[in-house]
Amino acid sequence: MAVTAHRPTARKRQADTPSGRPARRRGRVQWKGYLYALPALAVLTVFLLIPLGQLVQISLFHWDGISASTWAGLSNYTEIARDPRLRAGFLHSLVLILFFSVLPIALALALAAITTRAARLRGVSVFRALIFLPQVVAMVVTATAWTAIYAPDGVLNTALRAIGLDAVARPWLGDFSTALPSVGLVGTWLEIGLCLVLFIAGIGQIPGELYEAAKLDGAGLVREFLAVTLPGLRGQITVALTLTVIAALKTFDLVYVATHGGPGNATSLPAFEVYNRAFGTGQVGSACAIAVVLTAVILLITFLITKLQPEEDGT
Amino acid sequence: MIERTQGRSARRVVAATALATGLLTAVAACSPGPSGTSSAGGANKTAGPVSTDVAKAGKVTLTEWDQNTDPGTDASTEALNKAFMEKYPNVTIKRVSRSFSDLKTTLKLALSSSNPPDVVQANQGYPDMGAFVKAGLLQPEDSYAKVYGWDTSFPSQLLDLNRFSSDGKTWKTGNLYGVSQTGEIVGIYYNKAKLKSLGLPVPTTLAGFETALAKAKSSGLRPISYGDADKSPGIHIFGVVQAATAGKAEVRKLVFDGGGAKWTDAGSLKAATTLRGWADKGYLGSGFNGESKDQAVADFAAGKSLFLVDGTWQAAVLEPKMKTNVGFTALSPAAGQPPLTQGGEGLAWSMTAKSKHPDVAAAYINFLVDGNGMKVLADKGNLPALPQAGYQPAAGTVDADILDEWKAVSEKDGLLPYLDYTTPTFYDTLTAAVQELTAGQLSPQAFGAQLQSDYASFQQSR
Repeated sequence: MAVTAHRPTARKRQADTPSGRPARRRGRVQWKGYLYALPALAVLTVFLLIPLGQLVQISLFHWDGISASTWAGLSNYTEIARDPRLRAGFLHSLVLILFFSVLPIALALALAAITTRAARLRGVSVFRALIFLPQVVAMVVTATAWTAIYAPDGVLNTALRAIGLDAVARPWLGDFSTALPSVGLVGTWLEIGLCLVLFIAGIGQIPGELYEAAKLDGAGLVREFLAVTLPGLRGQITVALTLTVIAALKTFDLVYVATHGGPGNATSLPAFEVYNRAFGTGQVGSACAIAVVLTAVILLITFLITKLQPEEDGT
Repeated sequence: MIERTQGRSARRVVAATALATGLLTAVAACSPGPSGTSSAGGANKTAGPVSTDVAKAGKVTLTEWDQNTDPGTDASTEALNKAFMEKYPNVTIKRVSRSFSDLKTTLKLALSSSNPPDVVQANQGYPDMGAFVKAGLLQPEDSYAKVYGWDTSFPSQLLDLNRFSSDGKTWKTGNLYGVSQTGEIVGIYYNKAKLKSLGLPVPTTLAGFETALAKAKSSGLRPISYGDADKSPGIHIFGVVQAATAGKAEVRKLVFDGGGAKWTDAGSLKAATTLRGWADKGYLGSGFNGESKDQAVADFAAGKSLFLVDGTWQAAVLEPKMKTNVGFTALSPAAGQPPLTQGGEGLAWSMTAKSKHPDVAAAYINFLVDGNGMKVLADKGNLPALPQAGYQPAAGTVDADILDEWKAVSEKDGLLPYLDYTTPTFYDTLTAAVQELTAGQLSPQAFGAQLQSDYASFQQSR
């Protein structure tokens, strides 16, 4: 939310300032602007702001979802800090950020840098579509497929055994030390296509003269990447970071299908706990409190990411 | 520029604060859920006279929600619904069938809507039936039980599981909120040919079972097919062991909150130690926490292991594949004593408080559980809660074994409640803890402490 609310105003400010009549004109235009925004705002209020308010409201009660509720004050929130299982859930999602954001962005940058060197690649659009495919497939399908890959007698273990790595083969999603990274790697696989498509598009916008100049100055692959590609992609990296971090923090379906938060609670995540408490164990107030905290964390992190956004860039 | 931005964000902060204050005021004014007084709503309805004449009820559409998605119960439910509509052409039954876990998560929402289904299958225990009763969503069936004779046809052990005090706080006493169609127990399926080739008798005690496990392991056969990735099988295997080590009095005290028992007591501790030992010795196979339940059942059916610890509901899956090579047994605490195991009855068929046709709903439930209902159920390969006099599956089949064990358990007071009935959150706590125990993440002592902490906080909140 912070991203979308923040950016248009910033852009408008830049557009207005050079025209010379800043303050008064902006005031008039803004009021009219609100009128245009009214339909959207109404929809937003009904479907987002009011439910958000209810979320906060319910989080202040002990409620089983059907019978009368009792006032809880902030005890649902203090429980999050006290309950080791919930704290672990938030920690797990931080680990997932590594797999959903950091890893795919790093890999996609490397791949993008390589593809720019290959000046004319046959069938680029086919590769791009293929690598973007995970984004299109429903998460439930993805999760089911990966569960089969990770199964004790699944594709991965069969392959490992075939090359003599019997010692490495294990129930990937059932082993306490590998369950979370295994779930995370599915995220890496998912997000890398998105990042790559963003970055390749971004590189296309970088003026070719810059690359020429770099070449004339005798820059190699690494130098060129650091001096031209990386700075040119700052905007795209910010967008990729925002999207993938949000995806990491709100991961639910992947864990719901693949592990149910197990083994033990090794892959329990806040979003999964929200569902589980609201629909499974009849702790609706507590579920809402977790959802409020999760929303706040997502807002905070995305806000921090927007600070990375280059000033002159509008994307 | 910077100053202006700050001014703007300051205004934003003020606006946000105002919004938050407004919300908080709204929050203090009303609370989610119905107000406390409405919960007795369902209790009054049965005061009026009840009618058993469905034909006179006029045109009625009856909506029922069940969890009979497996082949056996699905077939019997379809057949009985069809027969009921043929008998009473004025009634149309709308069936909604969901898997157990889907039903568990959606039933609450459906019941609290203004137009709930008429008849639902409610799970016994505090988390489900107790919560529904507390919210006044179910209708007591006592007057119908008298009219239709359920109070005499069902053993009180089975009826009590469907009883709750009208405030939903005390289980197994008070109003009757449903009757069940099927019987079910958790036990041990064994591969007859493999057991014979190992020269082992059918195990009837925990000691005998452990001997068989050791022998199977040493001869290179996987002792138990166990896949706990779905988390639910952990409850059953722990329950089977606990029944033998803790005994019926203690397990009942724990689950029914009878007082004086703790999950850290010697019996439960011994069960945890035993199960951990099985995992360490490789009796459960390797990678069981990553293997699905279906895979484990399929492995057993394919003859890859000696035993499978599961419920009677798996018989319909195993029988077509293994024919007469599969047998079923339940363990006794000591040789010569009657068997003792987890089980009871299928989900209760309950009537909702807001049903517009309670008389038709009750007649329908009776149609499911009367003599003919039980017969249809048995014909389709299920274990009826009340086996009819003439019902005797062919000797040597798993159905015959199951009927024998069911009779032995249910007639000799050997039924123990499912452990997840204990508290609303116990299913999560126990399933996660069993995974941790078997993987060596929790010691048996810490395992007991984890369960006890959930139990203690529930006892406090009641």
